[in-house]
Amino acid sequence: MTVYIIRRFLNYAVLSLIATCMAYILASIALDPAARFYGMNPRPPQSSIDASLDAMGVNPDVPILVRLWHWLTNLFTQFSLGTTVGGSQVTAEIAARSGASLRLLLIGSIIGAILGVLLGVWGAVRQYRTSDQIVTYASYIVFATPTFVIGVLLMILATQFNNLVGSQVITFTGEYTAGITGNWWVLAWDRAVHLFLPTLALVLIGAASFSRYQRSVMLDVLGADYIRTARSKGLPRTKALIRHGVRLALIPMSTFFAYSFGTLIAGSAMLEIVFSWRGMGQFQIEAIQKNDINAVAGAALFVAVLYLIASTLSEVLYAALDPRVRS
Amino acid sequence: MAVMQEKAIEESLETDIPKARKPLSRAGLVWARLKKMPRFWIGITIVVAVILWAFVGPLLYPWSITDRDPLNMGMGPTMLHWFGTNSIGQDIYAQTLAGLQKSLIIGLVAGPTATVIAALVGSTAGYVGGWVDRIIQWVILLLLVIPAFFLFILLSPLIKGLSWVVLMFYIALFSWMIMAQVVRSQTRSLRNRDFVRAARYMGEPTHTILTRHIIPNMASLLIIDATLGVVSAIMAETSLSYFGFGIQKPDVSLGTLLSDGTAAAVTRPWLFVFPAFVLIILLFAISLVGDALRDAIDPTSGMNRD
Repeated sequence: MTVYIIRRFLNYAVLSLIATCMAYILASIALDPAARFYGMNPRPPQSSIDASLDAMGVNPDVPILVRLWHWLTNLFTQFSLGTTVGGSQVTAEIAARSGASLRLLLIGSIIGAILGVLLGVWGAVRQYRTSDQIVTYASYIVFATPTFVIGVLLMILATQFNNLVGSQVITFTGEYTAGITGNWWVLAWDRAVHLFLPTLALVLIGAASFSRYQRSVMLDVLGADYIRTARSKGLPRTKALIRHGVRLALIPMSTFFAYSFGTLIAGSAMLEIVFSWRGMGQFQIEAIQKNDINAVAGAALFVAVLYLIASTLSEVLYAALDPRVRS
Repeated sequence: MAVMQEKAIEESLETDIPKARKPLSRAGLVWARLKKMPRFWIGITIVVAVILWAFVGPLLYPWSITDRDPLNMGMGPTMLHWFGTNSIGQDIYAQTLAGLQKSLIIGLVAGPTATVIAALVGSTAGYVGGWVDRIIQWVILLLLVIPAFFLFILLSPLIKGLSWVVLMFYIALFSWMIMAQVVRSQTRSLRNRDFVRAARYMGEPTHTILTRHIIPNMASLLIIDATLGVVSAIMAETSLSYFGFGIQKPDVSLGTLLSDGTAAAVTRPWLFVFPAFVLIILLFAISLVGDALRDAIDPTSGMNRD
């Protein structure tokens, strides 16, 4: 099993590395790092533009592959991702911002996945009942709603709720209240309150897709002979469903989780911007608007590493659930 | 007597043998199943109504998207302005319909275009095999590692300043990967079937085999994908435009409209809520149609199976 997981891990690692390199090349083609100097008044002399582009390693006169090679060697020898157009280190920016993003992404996707699995199993067991139909159509409506619309609609609802209650119960702008002071508990509580709405949005998106998939896998399993066998040997229905049904239905789910992780990353990036969080999603979009190649490549590396971790975790889960891959 | 008896026998013979019904063609069978699904009728009615509304509605409404009403700035919904007005007095109903037109056109073109790309790329990879297959699979995998939305915004500077027609094909260009993988695996199982072999031994060129024999065999799959592709294309367009990477002013789409409405969404909800609900209803209706189609074409899939 260890060999299997290591092999899969290496496979994903190569894939992530190549994807990052591709992102670097695409960013170098699409973005014009000199553009921001042309907007300056008075315009700096060409020699100083070249000098600052060279210092960042993004001068378009140097061939792309050479620049990519420098970028990679810097990454592996000095753990540096270069500097942003603002002059700060990309690694420092990622370290400062990734906490907020990961908090949202991890909590949101884990709660979303658990809720989705539960709803899916419940829907499959109660197929065609009213509760099943309600969950089904609710998930269709969530599917039909772009992520940012979910975010803004939740903000409008929260405001109505606050007005109704008469106090600011749900706060949702930024990741914490600016200038708040107090002990650790006050700070932690403040962050948790700010986390509520974006997490809820991400949970809705995750639960909608996971519940559909889990329901359909679970329906396959429910019709299988071994469930009937388990029942006929005297196992109670709930026990048979959990021991023999849910456990099997979770196997394809682990693959689906890795596959839909990209959607969740993109979704949480959008939610960060909607809720004005200073996270990685906002970093990435600002970097593109500022023609900042190093920052874009750094953000792409961050996404690729997340993809690598998520895929490997799903393989571990897969191996833990399915005895056939262990041997 | 004898004559009469003979006639009676003839008659009884004719009545005993019921007329054989014409065998149902595949399309007829799918249609017969579709007809019985309330989901399909609800979805298709809403979709047709929204399309008609988007293109006929503006003709029946006194305000256009450029009109300003200085007497009613920032007003909620009234009889005069059905969806209210924004802070400079522009009519939200007129803007919603204009945005709906653009988003609909983009979705209806980009979704099916992505399906066509997926069919061509996927079937080529599956049929030709070898290094062509390997390269295409790697490209697909790489495009899937970086979420499509990031690819969209990463390359958006390339299409900035170009017309929205370019945006339409840009969306199609990055939406075909998953379907191409499905088409590829289907092609691999089709390529050794007798009718494909026969065509190959008769010396038909590869592209003819692909377009005449392989792709038509996946028609139902592709129809479903094209329908649901409209949903994802409209979503991609609105998301891109919302974050400022898609449709640019002075063009209006549902995405730019929602983006304009967000700043005041909390104090003047009508600026956001009306366009958002129109968008949600449209996408919901299209996915109902797509889902009903999937169940009609393949009764063992989807929500209606046992």
